[in-house]
Amino acid sequence: MTTVPSTASGIASAVSSGSVSARSVVDAHLERIATRDGDIHAFNLVTADEARAHADAIDADIAAGRPVGPLAGVPIALKDNLCTHGIDTTCSSKILEGWKPPYDATVVSRLRAAGAISVGKTNLDEFAMGSSTENSAFGPTKNPLDLSRVPGGSSGGSAAAVAAGFAPVSLGSDTGGSIRQPAALCGVVGVKPTYGMVSRYGLVAYASSLDQIGPFATTVSDAALITEVIAGHDPMDSTSIPQPAPSLVGAVTQGVAGMRIGRVTDLPGGAEPEVMERLNAAFDALAAAGATIVDITLPSLSYALTAYYLIAPAEASSNLARFDGVRYGLRVNAADTNAMYGATRAAGFGDEVKRRIMLGTYALSAGYYDAYYGKALKVRRIIAQDFDAAYKNVDAIVIPTSPLVAFKAGDKVDDPMAMYLCDIYTIPTNLAGHPAMSVPFGTGAHNLPVGMQVLAPALGEVAMFRVGGALEAAGGAQ
Amino acid sequence: MTQSGSPISAADVAKVARLARLDIDDAQVEHFTEQLGKVMGHFGDIDALDLSAVEPMTQPYPLVNVMREDVELPTLDTDEVLAAAPAAEERRFRVPPIIGLDG
Repeated sequence: MTTVPSTASGIASAVSSGSVSARSVVDAHLERIATRDGDIHAFNLVTADEARAHADAIDADIAAGRPVGPLAGVPIALKDNLCTHGIDTTCSSKILEGWKPPYDATVVSRLRAAGAISVGKTNLDEFAMGSSTENSAFGPTKNPLDLSRVPGGSSGGSAAAVAAGFAPVSLGSDTGGSIRQPAALCGVVGVKPTYGMVSRYGLVAYASSLDQIGPFATTVSDAALITEVIAGHDPMDSTSIPQPAPSLVGAVTQGVAGMRIGRVTDLPGGAEPEVMERLNAAFDALAAAGATIVDITLPSLSYALTAYYLIAPAEASSNLARFDGVRYGLRVNAADTNAMYGATRAAGFGDEVKRRIMLGTYALSAGYYDAYYGKALKVRRIIAQDFDAAYKNVDAIVIPTSPLVAFKAGDKVDDPMAMYLCDIYTIPTNLAGHPAMSVPFGTGAHNLPVGMQVLAPALGEVAMFRVGGALEAAGGAQ
Repeated sequence: MTQSGSPISAADVAKVARLARLDIDDAQVEHFTEQLGKVMGHFGDIDALDLSAVEPMTQPYPLVNVMREDVELPTLDTDEVLAAAPAAEERRFRVPPIIGLDG
């Protein structure tokens, strides 16, 4: 009986050296899923048969001496808004229930080519709209650390899957914090790469000027490894940056000696006191590791929430127009096409999706465009300019990921504004298009994990992973 | 602003639902009006900003046309695409009548 390593890099090296079979790795993870996912509901779909067959194929390659990829035998969970050829992709919405995409997302193809094995599709807030994974048409996901609490969202299923040991790594998407916030609440690492760093081909679009795909992992190094595999130019995504994937794993252990790390002195309030204590501890740890802590201001940060909740719904109202009962998904039949649209969308979308579509439609409508959407785009520019000014003096910035530790299920589900405030520290980077990651850094209220967020300028992933690695190495120490 | 001081009225909500092709009943109009009013109330915070000299920012990076060579490339399998549609006929998507729209 061999032990299955807990990290992706450990599994890949054990499998490729032949000391552990891919099949035994997959079976061990499927067994954990079978035992606990009934309580957690991280997955919308577990693709056990496909995973076992893929593992057997990798084991056959190894036995025959054929080369295998850098993620050989690594189980991975995929957020259910990433298209998987022939495998249900629902976005946790009734409007796409049962839809089998005719193609794979680029990230899915790249992971498969690297030898990673998909074990299933994870639950999310419907169309990635939410911060608690309670807005799923298929029921909420629970936080594996405390089943009475939310895992965060919208990629709550992917965060919970890694926290519960169902897979060492997973993919999520982050439009306003949907990777970083659930990572913080579940005590795992979550990365949102630079806008354009990772192809969105095959990601069901929510807000196209903000969406980015990224990994969850138990270690910063694994998160860097997955980012390396999925990053790099893709001609199928016209917003993809025409550059090869950067080398990132080495940065994790490079240390922060000589780096200048920003402390935001005008950070918007509202964070729990324990979260602010952890932030101070993070700066102490980084200073002890040789970084210089530099005070900076980001005066427009407090306006980011308003800009985001105008821009994202505006883009969503346009993107989600494609769900019209014609080409895929649900159709509610009616006498004419127009009536069919209205009935199909009413039956297929949940309340939060309807709210955001209506909000966006309103912000874009004649007479309100300048007052809402137009103004939000200008605020977005100011936020980006504030970051540009700050990054003249610092290499990276550290702020909390979430103002709160994991909250109780049901606490905010009927109060959209309270839910939106969960994203106050994650939204600004999406507006600017910058990379950011959440790294577990000790615990706060109720002994629940607190995540620290590392921000860096566009294409500043190396600096970000250096700081993330240093925070991890400090181990959340006081 | 509506007379009640709420940033969005029930009539506005009913109108945007119609524009967005979302059938909602009167009770839902009332419910969404209250919730959206609360959210939009928060949006007033940016009214204090002087944005007259600021250019709007639609994307993180300047948009440029992305072109490729005009050569034939593989496309999605038509049968597979149509198989996922609610209704198809003669290799096309089938929809209910489109004439007689209610606007």
